[in-house]
This record gives sequence, C-alpha cells and structure tokens, in this order.
Amino acid sequence: MRSEPVVHVHGLVKRYGTRTAVDGLDLTAAQGVTAVLGPNGAGKTTTIESCEGYRRPDAGTVRVLGLDPRRQARELRPRMGVMLQSGGVYSGARAEEMLRHVAGLHAHPLDVGALIERLGLGSCGRTAYRRLSGGQQQRLALAMAVVGRPELVFLDEPTAGLDPQARHATWDLVRELRADGVSVILTTHYMDEAEQLADDVAIIDAGRVIAHGSPDELCRGGAENTLRFTGRPGLDVASLLKALPTDSAADELVPGSYRVSGKVNPQLLATVTSWCAQHGVMPERISVERHTLEDVFLELTGRELRG
Amino acid sequence: MSAGTYTPMTGAAPLPRMIVSQAALETRMLLRNGEQLLLTVVIPTLLLVLFSSVDIVDTGAGRSVDFLAPGILALAVLSTAFTGQAIATGFERRYGVLKRLATSPLPRWGLMTAKTLSVLVTEVLQVVLLTVIALALGWSPHGNPAAVVLLLVLGTAACSGLGLLMAGTLKAEATLAAANLVFLLLLVGGGVLVPLDRFPDWAQTVLGLLPLSALADGLRDVLQHGAAVPWGDLGILAVWAVLGLGAAAAFFRWE
Repeated sequence: MRSEPVVHVHGLVKRYGTRTAVDGLDLTAAQGVTAVLGPNGAGKTTTIESCEGYRRPDAGTVRVLGLDPRRQARELRPRMGVMLQSGGVYSGARAEEMLRHVAGLHAHPLDVGALIERLGLGSCGRTAYRRLSGGQQQRLALAMAVVGRPELVFLDEPTAGLDPQARHATWDLVRELRADGVSVILTTHYMDEAEQLADDVAIIDAGRVIAHGSPDELCRGGAENTLRFTGRPGLDVASLLKALPTDSAADELVPGSYRVSGKVNPQLLATVTSWCAQHGVMPERISVERHTLEDVFLELTGRELRG
Repeated sequence: MSAGTYTPMTGAAPLPRMIVSQAALETRMLLRNGEQLLLTVVIPTLLLVLFSSVDIVDTGAGRSVDFLAPGILALAVLSTAFTGQAIATGFERRYGVLKRLATSPLPRWGLMTAKTLSVLVTEVLQVVLLTVIALALGWSPHGNPAAVVLLLVLGTAACSGLGLLMAGTLKAEATLAAANLVFLLLLVGGGVLVPLDRFPDWAQTVLGLLPLSALADGLRDVLQHGAAVPWGDLGILAVWAVLGLGAAAAFFRWE
C-alpha cells in the first residue's frame, strides 16, 4: 500500500509581499493519512494550497499524484478533492443543491442522497448555506471534497470549531476513506486529531517541516518519557537516582509525589519498583506517561503549539 | 454506506455538462436573490411604466415610451452584466466560492463561460419581460433586429469586463457600494431617462462616450429611428469591451 508518494514537495518557498509564509519546505506524503501539524501561521494552508495548484510557488517543486498541480491541473483536478478552511459555497445555495452541483462536475460521483444521510445533513438539505450552523457548513464542505470519488483528499482544518460528536463523525469518515484506499492530507492544530488519524505526521513551524514520522516514532524519538508514583513523603531520592541509569533524573515534586524521567522502558520500571521494595515503600498510583505530540512540539520549538 | 463506497473512481464530467450545470446554478442564485431581482427586474420595470405614463422628463418629440424602451433595455443590460455580476462575483470571491471552484474539474475559462451564459439567460428574460410591457404601453419598435442583438451583445461584453474588473480587484463591500453608485449615476447621466441633449455641450461629449449612453443611443437609433447599424456606438462599446475585459483578465484576483 505504501508505494508511490501521493505528494512530493521539495524546497517550496512562498512569499506574500515581504512575509515568507513557506521557507524551503520539504514534504513527502505516502498513501494513507498524513497530518500536517503546526500553529496558526506556520504555513500549513499555503503548503496545501500549493499542492492544490491554487498558489504559484516562488521556488521549489510540487508534485501531486506525480503531476505538476499548475501545469497539469486539468488531469489532476478530477483526481483530488478539496475542503477549504472555510467557505467555498454560494451563500444562497441550498446544501443539497451545492453538493449535487459539485457531484455533477465529476464522472462517477458518490450517491448524493446517501452521502447527505451519512454526514447527518438530511434535515438541512434544503437550507441555504448562510443559514447552516458552523458544523453543518463544515460537513457540507467535507462532503464536497469526497463526492467526486477522488484518490486524494485535502482537508484544511476539517474539525476546527466542531463539537466533540461532530469531530468523531469526521474522524470516522477519514478512517473509512483510508480503508477504501483514498489518501488524505489534512492540516490541524489538534494534537489528538493527528495522533488518532494519521499514519504520518509532519510538524511545520515557521514555514518548514521540523519533524516528520509516524506518531509513535515522533513520540519515542528524542523526547524523554516520565514515570510517576506516590509514596510516603521524604524518600531518599539520591539513593533512587543511584539505582537508575545515568541519563535519568528523579525528584520529589511535592511531598509524597515522585517523578522519574529518562528512557522509560520495562527495565527502568523494574528498577524503580525493586528499589521501592528494598526500601519498604509501597508505590501507589504508579504511572508511565508517554510523550505526546504536544511535548514533541514544545521540545522542538520551545513553544506551546496553541496560544 | 458500506466498505468500498469511497473507492476512488475519478474523472471529470464532460465539459459542456459542467458549463451548463454551472450556468444553471449561477442563474438560480441570481433569480433567488431579492436585491438582484430588485435591480434587474423591479427597477427597470417601474421606471419604464412610470416614466412612460407620467410626463416627468421631456423626452422630445413622439411618444415617451418610444424614447424610454430602448434606454430601459440598455439599463437592463447594465443591471445584469455590470452591477449584478460585479456584486455576485465580488461576494463569491470573498466567500471562497471562486477558490473552491478553481480546484474543481471545471476549468477557469469554463467558469467564465458559464458566468457569461448566466448573464445572457438573465438578459433574455429581462428583454422579453420589458418588451412585453413596453408593447402594452404602446411602444412601436423599428429597425433591424440583428443590429439590436449586436448592440446588446457588445454592451454586455463592455459591462461584464468592467463589472468583473471591479469584482476582482475591490473588496466585496466596496464593490457592492461602487457598483450601485455607478448604476445610479449612469441611470441619470447615461441617456436612459434624460436625453443627453438636455446637458451642456461639453457634458454631452463626455457622457456620450460612456458604455451605457452608447448602448442606449445605439438602441434608440435603431428601434426609435430605424437606423441600419449604428457603427459609432458599436465602436465605443467595442473599445470599452476590449479595455474592460483586458483589464479584468490582467488584474482579477481570485480571492
């Protein structure tokens, strides 16, 4: 399944006036689901729009399904589906009317009625776009992206502003697309979305990819993990530290609450528990914390992703 | 929907089908929009009926409807090809409709063709409606229908170019305001209701070069006075069409 890259971007540069939005970005996306993760203004949307053929790069090359999105737009467009970050629909168009229109631009579209039901838009099919709720507008835009039975779908922040139930419905659809062999490139600034959905994650900051890999690889690589336990206050942390491998750290955060950080593996866990046994300590509420993409981002950039 | 529902099966619809579908959608959007209908149907109809029945402006010798009907037809073209198209396209640009369609299988020239078709369909509806009303008011048109069609087509091209130029370069709100203002100013100074010979000589020369005056004057030459082909007015419209469409092609921004 993971053969030809669906998207290949090399040395992409895009400036708006004096502001450089994308600054020499390299990105290769294999088949499956790729999440482009980064804070607002990192260059996610510009990168996606360059792939869609909407933006003309100032430098670099972009290939989507092996095609140049600007010179070979005619061949590429029927093979991709696009969900913009917002809008894209006539304010006076009814939801079903717009979806039928987009379906009609393709040779073998999905059954519009079934797709409307699948996305829970059945009750508002005759409602004008401007009167739909934000969540309904998002779902309509998602439906427009998939109705042409594309090989590759670009979703720009597909769940921004959705309530948890609607987010999960969107996630389910992305999983179904993936299962049916549709590749998905999605941008997000939600860590959990990337972790839940993506085979691969590219973290973008200031117009460049600063890390790329599967969520597991990203969380394992580089970032240190943490083991916490509680016990009676005032344990001899220095003695615990001596028992641990040299690159570890241990401290008592608040009386009775201990943190061990370093390469957390079964060996380390055994070392900690046997040290506790030797010292007559019952470690309660013992927990291993895996690093999240949030931590990875913080470590790479020294900043929080959101805020 | 079951497994395999989304299995890719790609391909664009045939171009003519895409263009017709796009034109039909745009026409429905226009006919569904209250403000647009006010501009394209209600105002021209009211002006025609009111000014034909009540002697408000001295329209020269002959029945006033014979003077007014050609001007109102010119105004109908302006309202659809310029004002209506500018406002609609300005908001499509603002709401990302143009951007979304730019990534669809419909090529950009296909979208512009569809817009043109939509404008033409709307104009046909306007012309039929206004002609029926004018005839009911006692209008007796003369002249060569081919010359009338040529004038309407060139007038549409001139108005479309200028409307798209405005929609593609200004903010949607600015387009809304400016397009309505231009409509109002041309209504007064474009030879539709007030004959241009009521203005001072220097103003006549300038106003006569405006696309709406050229269209109204040409239509009147043919329909009221039975002239063959008003080449001067057609020339003015052609220059506006080339300038407007050329500038729109060069400066139009899709978002």
